Amino acid sequence: MNRTRNNPLADDLVRPLLHTSVWFYGGVLVLASIVACGAAAWAYQLWYGMGVAGVNWPVFWGFYETNFVFWIGISHAGTLISAILRLVNARWRRPVTRCAEVITAFALMIGAIFPIVHLGKPWLFFWVAPYPSSRELWPNFRSPLVWDFFAINTYLIGSLLFLILPMIPDFALIRDRTTGRRQRIYGALALGWQGTTTQWHRLEAAMQIMAVAIIPVAVSVHTIVSFDFSMAHVPMWHSTIFGPYFVAGAIFSGIAALIIAMAALRRMLKLHAYLHPLHFDNLAKLLLLMSLLWGYFVFSERLTVWYGNVPTEMAVFWSTQRGAFAPFYWTMVVCNFVIPVSILSFRRLRTIPGVVLVSCGVVVGMWLERFLIIVPGLSTKQLPYSWGHYAPRPAEVVIMVATFAAMALLYMLFSKFVPIISIWEMKVGNQPHPAVSADEDEERQGLWRARP
Amino acid sequence: MAHRWGMVVDLDSCTGCEACVTACHAENNIPTVGPTEAARGRAMHWLRVERYWEGDFPDVKVKFKPVMCQHCDNAPCEAVCPTYASHQTDEGLNAQVYNRCIGTRYCANACSYNVRFFNFFNPQWEKPLQLQLNPDVSVREVGVMEKCTFCVQRIKAGKTAAKAEDRELKDGDIQPACAQSCPTGSIIFGDLNDHESRAARFTHSPRGTKLLEDEGTAPKVTYLQRQSWNEPDTQ
Repeated sequence: MNRTRNNPLADDLVRPLLHTSVWFYGGVLVLASIVACGAAAWAYQLWYGMGVAGVNWPVFWGFYETNFVFWIGISHAGTLISAILRLVNARWRRPVTRCAEVITAFALMIGAIFPIVHLGKPWLFFWVAPYPSSRELWPNFRSPLVWDFFAINTYLIGSLLFLILPMIPDFALIRDRTTGRRQRIYGALALGWQGTTTQWHRLEAAMQIMAVAIIPVAVSVHTIVSFDFSMAHVPMWHSTIFGPYFVAGAIFSGIAALIIAMAALRRMLKLHAYLHPLHFDNLAKLLLLMSLLWGYFVFSERLTVWYGNVPTEMAVFWSTQRGAFAPFYWTMVVCNFVIPVSILSFRRLRTIPGVVLVSCGVVVGMWLERFLIIVPGLSTKQLPYSWGHYAPRPAEVVIMVATFAAMALLYMLFSKFVPIISIWEMKVGNQPHPAVSADEDEERQGLWRARP
Repeated sequence: MAHRWGMVVDLDSCTGCEACVTACHAENNIPTVGPTEAARGRAMHWLRVERYWEGDFPDVKVKFKPVMCQHCDNAPCEAVCPTYASHQTDEGLNAQVYNRCIGTRYCANACSYNVRFFNFFNPQWEKPLQLQLNPDVSVREVGVMEKCTFCVQRIKAGKTAAKAEDRELKDGDIQPACAQSCPTGSIIFGDLNDHESRAARFTHSPRGTKLLEDEGTAPKVTYLQRQSWNEPDTQ
């Protein structure tokens, strides 16, 4: 593997692993302390009981479930987009795939914490798993929460494989460029990778299978998350549109998160030579498409409810349209539809700062969307006597902020230990600028033809 | 034949006195949560008397409606529980097994009647009030759901007593706390499979309606509608 030495590409991309700035330590310290605050808030809730959160009768689900759906949604950025781009062989994907897949892995882990945090008895969360227990009882397979358990675990395992597989050649490269303890650790992670033709073919076959397999899994995961709501007889939850609506929203928020992460990486790790305005432009077009799709879903959902004019649903409808939840509703519409469509439709406005600004708005808007799906329906259910309100309490807010910090922290640490841009895939492209055709280079190396 | 427990509430004779609510609290060890928590929506009433007003002052009509778990045949809470904490017994009771409950609160969201309650904190009784707890009913701990059981402990006791005396269970042997304490006798409990029982006969009354019947939950509680002497009978 000596040919990898004195390679500017590898030098650039391995540098963040070998040199650490004081800013990094500072950032890790700040983020880790926020995460510690979140852990303390959870400990506080475990000690005193669920009552320290704002949930009540009749709004039994609040911020925790909002964050659960939000983070599972964010996780759809990575693996799904990366798999689609791999399958259609979009050449510009190369520097994007890994930073996208990492978002999936971490967002899923963070999202999967919330169903445990929200439990009355979180220490018994494993009772939703089917195992021969002393209770002699399987979980209730009719419950969407059990479906969640299977869907999320399948997606998490699949996404981790999808993330780790193409990291193996890069671990081998780092192993060959380092000495001492680093070499031993990365050597172990490289799983004996030698770069033989057989190994490359196996890796590519595995990637191809994973890319095909992960797409239906990703679609099913957010459909099943939407079933948590649409299976219940709660006004404006019980809707057939929820499956595709949630999947579209998930991809939408996921792309926004990916754009923010890429902009941060580009600035902090000085990856200007790899993450080009073109990447942001392409992702922005995808974001625009998803924004239009999201607007279409919301319009269809609202129009049918309004036209159907069922009293129980109309109570929820008006509470979001012009009642207590209206400010949040209209903020969501502006963030998710008005701003993205009016900025991303124009090439002159699709600059990196413009796209990042829109993405931040979309993340806020999509969070509000999840909140507006869950809470208004519960606060105005069928019997008017039992209508109620919900306001978050400190424990919920601290835990929520901590998960955002945890995401940033995990991302920082990951980009410290693993090249955030797949070096071997970049080398296959053999030119960091995606606007230049890669055809000749790829043709020259027949070895790469089977590459997904 | 197996029993099928049901209830009838006569809205015509209900005065809204809430004796049933008090009796339910005393019988079932339902904790009171104090004014602060009650204002946050953490009050627990397995049985509540809903009040609805019609018309404007001075021409106001008040309607009372005691609402407890409807023990639905097709209960939305049962399907969604991941651990079978909420399930249908052979006698048609919609049971809640506290030890199986992990507190997802999904059942409470799925319930159209909002008659399920969550223990947001461990229950507390100021001394010496803990001495008045009913020994036949377990005290629920923090993190589990609870709800009206049709006083399952009294059903068990009634069946045991009948068995000990080697006789069939008679209609009226079993009285839940709410039915027992209702001064106007508006709450009638009984076996719906026993066609001679008062509850079964009233269930088929032309005045009988189910709460939120169009939800398809098939409740086992029947409400007998009010009849007005002034208006023509629309039944």
